[in-house]
Amino acid sequence: MLVSVKNLHKSFGDLHVLQGIDLDIEKGSVVAVIGPSGSGKTTFLRCLNALEMPNKGTIQFANDQAMNFDKSPTKKEILQFRRKSGMVFQSYNLFPHKTALENVMEGPVVVQKKNKTQVRSLAESLLQKVGLSEKMHLYPHQLSGGQQQRVGIARALAIEPELMLFDEPTSALDPEIVGEVLRVIRDLAAEGWTMAIVTHELKFAEEVADHVVFIDGGVIVEQGPPSAILKNPKEPRTKQFLNRLLNPV
Amino acid sequence: MFLNNLLLAASDPVVDWELFQSSLWPMILNGIQYTIPLTLISFVCGLVIALLTALARLSASKILAGIARVYVSAIRGTPLLVQLFIIFYGLPDLGIVLDPFPSAAIAFSLNVGAYASEIIRASVLSVPKGQWEAGYAIGMTHRQALMRIVLPQAARVSIPPLSNTFISLVKDTSLASLILVTELFRKAQEIAARTYDFMQLYITAAILYWVICFILSLIQGRVEKRLDRYVAK
Repeated sequence: MLVSVKNLHKSFGDLHVLQGIDLDIEKGSVVAVIGPSGSGKTTFLRCLNALEMPNKGTIQFANDQAMNFDKSPTKKEILQFRRKSGMVFQSYNLFPHKTALENVMEGPVVVQKKNKTQVRSLAESLLQKVGLSEKMHLYPHQLSGGQQQRVGIARALAIEPELMLFDEPTSALDPEIVGEVLRVIRDLAAEGWTMAIVTHELKFAEEVADHVVFIDGGVIVEQGPPSAILKNPKEPRTKQFLNRLLNPV
Repeated sequence: MFLNNLLLAASDPVVDWELFQSSLWPMILNGIQYTIPLTLISFVCGLVIALLTALARLSASKILAGIARVYVSAIRGTPLLVQLFIIFYGLPDLGIVLDPFPSAAIAFSLNVGAYASEIIRASVLSVPKGQWEAGYAIGMTHRQALMRIVLPQAARVSIPPLSNTFISLVKDTSLASLILVTELFRKAQEIAARTYDFMQLYITAAILYWVICFILSLIQGRVEKRLDRYVAK
C-alpha cells in the first residue's frame, strides 16, 4: 500500500463536495477515477496533494505519518506532504517564461536544490522519454497542446514523486492529439509508476488501469478492477453514467 | 509654423539664437545633474516601495494590508506639490531639516511607490491561478512561486503602465524647482528672470523634457519586445 485515504471530506462554503472518501492505492498500481462532472473527482485528486485543503479525514503515505486534516496542518507539513506527488493539470499550466527544458528543471533545481548539471541531464532524458528531445529549447507557446502536456508530465516526473496525479490530462486536447499523451502515460504505467488519473477516456482506463473508482455525489459509488466496473457495473448509478458516455446521443 | 508664430508674438520678434545657444547647455547640464538623477533615484526607490506595498496588500495579514491601503490612499489623495512642501517646508517644524534634493527624492519615491504599487498588485493578480498551483505542485513554497513564477510574468504585464509612471515622473520633477532644486526647469526660470525671454526659454525646457520622454518610450518599446519573446500572440 502506497497511499491510504480515510473519510476525506471537503466543502466549498455550503457545497459538500467530498462526503467521506476511503481509498487505498497500491504501490505500482494505476487508479482511474471516473464520474460525471461535478461529482467531486477532480477535487478528490487535488486533495491528494493539498492543492485543495480537505476539511476532514486523513491521507497516509506508506512509511510516513498520516496527514490529519481534522486540525489544520502547518505550512511545513503541507509542503512535505505535497512533495510526495506530482501533478499533471488539465490545462498544462506550463511556465510560459521558461523553455521546455527549464520547466522540467525548475523543481529539482529550485525546490530540491540539486546540482544543475545533473538535473539538466535528468531533464533531457525525461524530455526524451516523452518524445520531445528536439523541442526542449522552445517556449510553451511554440508547442502544440499535446507537446505542452508531455512537457507537463516530464516536469511532474522530474521531482521523482511517489505518486503521479493526472487531472483530466487529455480533456483540453484535440481528439487526434489525445493518443500521444495517453501513450506516454501507458509507458509510465509499464515502468511501474503509481498513478491516479481522473479521466473520461474509458477505453484507456480499461486498458491501463488496475483499479477503477466511480465517484458520484462526493462518494465512491463503486470500485474494483476495470473489467468489473466498466463491463459489469453493479450499481444503477454507474450503469447510467457508463450508458450516457457510450451512447451520448 | 505654430512655434514660429508663438515666438513672433512674444516680446522678441524672432528667436534669439544667441540666447538659445547660451541657455541650452546650462539647461541640459542641470538636466543631467539633477533631473535625470532625481528621476532615476526616485523611480528605483519607488519601485522597491511599490513592490513591498503590493505584497503587503496581497498578503493574508490584515494589519499589513491595512497599512498599505492607508499609505496608498494618503499619497493618491493629496497633491504631489503639497507632499513636496510638507517634506521640505513642513518637516523643519518637527526638527527634521532636509536639503532640497533629498526632500524631492523622498517625496517622488513615496509618490511613485503608491501609484506603482497598484500597477504591480493588478499585474500579480492577472497571472492565472494555475501558475501558482503549478509552482506548488512541484513543491515550491509561496515565496518561491511568487519570485520564480508569478513576478516574472507580472513584470511583463506591468511594463506599459510602469513606463507611463516613469514618464510622468520625468515631468513631475519640474515641481522640485519650487523647493529650490536647481533642475532643468529651475535653470530655465533663472535665465528667464535675467533676460525676460520667458517664451523662448520655457519652450526650450519643454522640448528638452519631450526629448527625454521620447527616448524613454523608445527604450520601453525595446524592453517590451524583449520580454515578449516567450509570450503567445
